[in-house]
Amino acid sequence: MNRRIRLWLVAVAGTALAALLVAACLDLPDFGGDRHPYGDRAVDASLARHTANTVASVNFDQRAFDTLGELTVLFAAVVGCVVLLRQTRDEHRARPEPEPVARPVRRYALAVLPVALLTGLYVIAHGQLSPGGGFQGGVVAATALHLLYLGADYRALERVRPLGLYEAGDAVAVSAYLVTGLAGLIGATAFLANTLLPYGTFNTLSSGGTVPLLNAAVGMEVACAVVVLLARFLDQAVEIEDPTGKGSGTP
Amino acid sequence: MTAVTHVLPYLVAVWIFLIGCYGLATSRNLIHAVGCLSVCQAATYVLLLAVGYRDGATAPVFSDVEPGSRPVVDPVVQALALTDVVVGATVTALLLALVVQVAKRHGTVDPDELSELRG
Amino acid sequence: MADAVIIVALLLVAAAATTAVLVRDPVRQALVLAVLGVLLAVLFTTLQAPDVGLSQLAVGSALTPLLLLLTVRKVRRRGRKEGPRR
Repeated sequence: MNRRIRLWLVAVAGTALAALLVAACLDLPDFGGDRHPYGDRAVDASLARHTANTVASVNFDQRAFDTLGELTVLFAAVVGCVVLLRQTRDEHRARPEPEPVARPVRRYALAVLPVALLTGLYVIAHGQLSPGGGFQGGVVAATALHLLYLGADYRALERVRPLGLYEAGDAVAVSAYLVTGLAGLIGATAFLANTLLPYGTFNTLSSGGTVPLLNAAVGMEVACAVVVLLARFLDQAVEIEDPTGKGSGTP
Repeated sequence: MTAVTHVLPYLVAVWIFLIGCYGLATSRNLIHAVGCLSVCQAATYVLLLAVGYRDGATAPVFSDVEPGSRPVVDPVVQALALTDVVVGATVTALLLALVVQVAKRHGTVDPDELSELRG
Repeated sequence: MADAVIIVALLLVAAAATTAVLVRDPVRQALVLAVLGVLLAVLFTTLQAPDVGLSQLAVGSALTPLLLLLTVRKVRRRGRKEGPRR
């Protein structure tokens, strides 16, 4: 079907969808209403397990199996990217020439890098206490590493980023999550049950049972996954050339 | 005015979703289409968080608030949206890797030019 | 007062999303998506969701636009055929 018919179809279907969605929105409970039955029960369960950050408790304790599914999706996406973006037989790598970096940029990037990395690790470690956790802290730590690319050049980034190690780290982290869940099966009642470890004192680093452990596993997984993803894309954009050898990469 | 406030967040989420779908359907560049998909995903986050909001409540984190002193918003929808954000970005990366492969095999990223299946 | 802040944030997000779709050049769209990411983080914070806001800030303002730009660079390096390029 040509473009015009397709656009007409989109217009008709879009209007129907819009009408249905607006009708549904008008029937939803008012924004800011007071009736949140699941929310109240989740908060009560989280406080019973001495976890100060209720969202982390929901993610890693009450709905930990769902988070395992999310981890699997992340892992599968990374594996897919690695396979799709690998260097094929007819391509070759060209070393990128280093570009001069402005001195203020270099100084700022290299000064902020340890701070940003530490912030990422802090956010992962305090996931069960304040807003944060494995997902957020992992992304912060991974992107902090790439300040090296901005401040120095691509070869410096490659040196702190032995890719095999990060890919292995990704797999190890997912396995750690699974093993913690299996420990729940063996030692306590159910897969990923949070009844193994003591709940600890409320609002301290060692509270919440298995939540800090799962948090750390997810943090490591997300950080390694983001580093591997960015590495593959950077390789493709900067180093790998197509067979006719057009253009060489400058970082 | 309050009647509008009661439904505006949901309508905004619907608008963002529909405009993302429109961009996806009329796009002439696959990379632009992946960006529009990202916009559609943003609509779902807005809808989820709007459903969980409670007037006069605070964030469901008790590190600096005494439990029980103030009402809190719904943490379940926040947990859903939180993992969704990171995983959505990873799936976007996978789609972009597919776009790179399409560009390698067919030399173009215009979806209209990709209509025939080539052997 | 809190309602007014939420309404302003919602309208800004809607405007940024519309711009992100109507801008056809992928490079410009990546930048608009970065702005959309920051505005979404602001909206999530006003909706009392700091966890989600932190996540969205890290991912939506840095990661997704960076991936889009790297893909654009990779696709352009292969050269282009004739045809409308927007």
